[in-house]
Amino acid sequence: MLWKTADYAGWGRALTATGELARPERRSALDALLQDGLVPAIGMRRSYGDAALNDGGRVIDMTRLDRMLGFDPATGILDVEAGARVGEIAAAFAPKGWLPAVMPGTGFATVGGCIGQDVHGKNHHHAGSFCEHVVSLTLLTAKGAVEVSREKTPELFRATAGGLGQTGVIVSARLRLLPCKGDVMVVTERRVEDWDEHIALLDASEATYTVGWIDATATGAALGRGILEEGETGSGLVPKRVRYRKVPFDAPKFALAGPIVRAFNAAYYRRVPASGRTVVKPISDFFFPLDKIHDWNRLYGKRGFHQFQCVVPLSSAPALRDMLDEIASSGLASPLAVLKRMGPGRAGFLSFPMEGYTLAVDFPNRAEARELIRRLKSLCVDAGGRIYFAKDSLARGTDIPAMYPDLAAWQAEVAKADPDGALITDLVRRLSLRSVA
Amino acid sequence: MNSTWIILGATSAMARAFARAVSANGAAVLLAGRDKDDLAALAADCRLRGARLAEAVEFDARKPKGFAALIARMEAEEGELNAAVFVGSMPEQAAIDADPSLIDGVVTDSHTGPARFLQMLAPVMEARGGGTVVGVASVAGDRGRIGNYVYGSAKAGFATYLSGLRNRLTRAGGHVVTVKPGFVDTAMTWGLPGMFLVAAPDAVASDILNAVRKKRNTIYTPFFWRYIMLIIRHIPEPIFKKMKI
Repeated sequence: MLWKTADYAGWGRALTATGELARPERRSALDALLQDGLVPAIGMRRSYGDAALNDGGRVIDMTRLDRMLGFDPATGILDVEAGARVGEIAAAFAPKGWLPAVMPGTGFATVGGCIGQDVHGKNHHHAGSFCEHVVSLTLLTAKGAVEVSREKTPELFRATAGGLGQTGVIVSARLRLLPCKGDVMVVTERRVEDWDEHIALLDASEATYTVGWIDATATGAALGRGILEEGETGSGLVPKRVRYRKVPFDAPKFALAGPIVRAFNAAYYRRVPASGRTVVKPISDFFFPLDKIHDWNRLYGKRGFHQFQCVVPLSSAPALRDMLDEIASSGLASPLAVLKRMGPGRAGFLSFPMEGYTLAVDFPNRAEARELIRRLKSLCVDAGGRIYFAKDSLARGTDIPAMYPDLAAWQAEVAKADPDGALITDLVRRLSLRSVA
Repeated sequence: MNSTWIILGATSAMARAFARAVSANGAAVLLAGRDKDDLAALAADCRLRGARLAEAVEFDARKPKGFAALIARMEAEEGELNAAVFVGSMPEQAAIDADPSLIDGVVTDSHTGPARFLQMLAPVMEARGGGTVVGVASVAGDRGRIGNYVYGSAKAGFATYLSGLRNRLTRAGGHVVTVKPGFVDTAMTWGLPGMFLVAAPDAVASDILNAVRKKRNTIYTPFFWRYIMLIIRHIPEPIFKKMKI
């Protein structure tokens, strides 16, 4: 059977779709599926909202087209199919001294998904975004297979990088890997007492990989407290073995209630000694800490959750502090909250990054939380920032042009690549991204 | 690890997962099947995952003329020779009812084709004094059911063949693992109604590799299918013949 009808969801599980899915296991099967026209391609559905959903329509699940096709050690360029997962590439190549140049917070993200969202990692301030390391990619468009690169097709490349899959089906890509010392991470963790220290330490950090965990329930003088993690790759050290666990059922509502989260966060903060510490971790443990717990999204129960992630310019740090203040005093935040400094690197018209600070916080899917996220969104727009399509499930179309000034350029290119709108997904529909104003 | 695996039916999802797993241990893999482009992609993938050598070779269960060349290709490799058989075909029972001649193809793909290949390989393995054969049979072969008894009977025949081959190769220091998978998440089961507890191909591959290491004789994967099939095999025939499962 080629097409099966199923209910499926984004990672946050707050938004769902019902439609037909096909999952080709070889290239010839993919070509056959696309003979009668383009169909949106999806990967592991690690985008939180509706980027990988097409309610009432069809999607192609690319996860079985996941082969590594070639590697040139002289240039570090890996040719890989779009369904391959970033974590698999890291596991295969770290022992040989190479890593994907940019890795998002989950190793389950596919190469195609990383391109479609132009994702960033803990090294964005040095390495830039994912697509800045894409040398070229093979795209199936309405006109057939196209080789897309910065040099040959600059506009199509910029429309595809972070382009939410709207220019065609990404089949494979050539990625420039980054040399690394080995397959372990040497991580320095230290407590950060408040917001000002957090910002100061992020600004001063010279580490290759830097990320701050924020206790989004701490208020008053402790607002913005957390743990700063700085990492470098290393070799010859033996980290503890990672144990994989699975969340077997949907957690009850009280699992992430205010007092529990506050108690958890306080303990998590004190886990790191006041004097700080340096630990050795497996690569996967540092980059993909939550991948150890399969299906952790079920902790939020049946109704799912939302993640709010925005980036604001450097000069708007005070506005970001106000947003955190509002989050902390709401008592709605979950333990997952991250603060990072971003560099200017971005590869596409709709890429998320800008030089500044990015804050990401998870909230259970409740009316108060949705209301709070809407307020945060307008604060973000006022601060000259933008929200991240990979995480969003609540924004409206009218919010977007102010955040993404290159929207019109993207629309023009997408209209050429997919004139019939065959690739439109729920996210693109919800935000009217392709309706020219 | 100086071992070589020939993987028959290497384009299937289970075979791909198994090929990757033995590649990560540094084995040489000969990927045998009909879709050359797909096998070439898999060969590249296996090399990048650590295979000492990965090569796409042509195998069609219905064309035994090509078997000798494959055996010769294996003999060219030094060290331990192993084979894993993932071939088989399962047309819908309704299609077979409409055209009974389809039975020949099913039996060739799932039983006599690979058995003939293994029969040619057996003396070579005996001469080398070791090696393992992994044969993928099916829980469908444990009892004939109205839904797929032609496929089931072919796999039952293959399982019996494997049991005899085990008897033979054990004397020469070799081993045979019979694998009976339940529902596995592959193109064959995609969208079929009535699927439950569907296993990922990676999990099945890791079960198989464990069975090879521990020299297990017959495994069910996932493990609980042993108990499901134990029950199904013990339903008295007067009752079973009226059931539709």
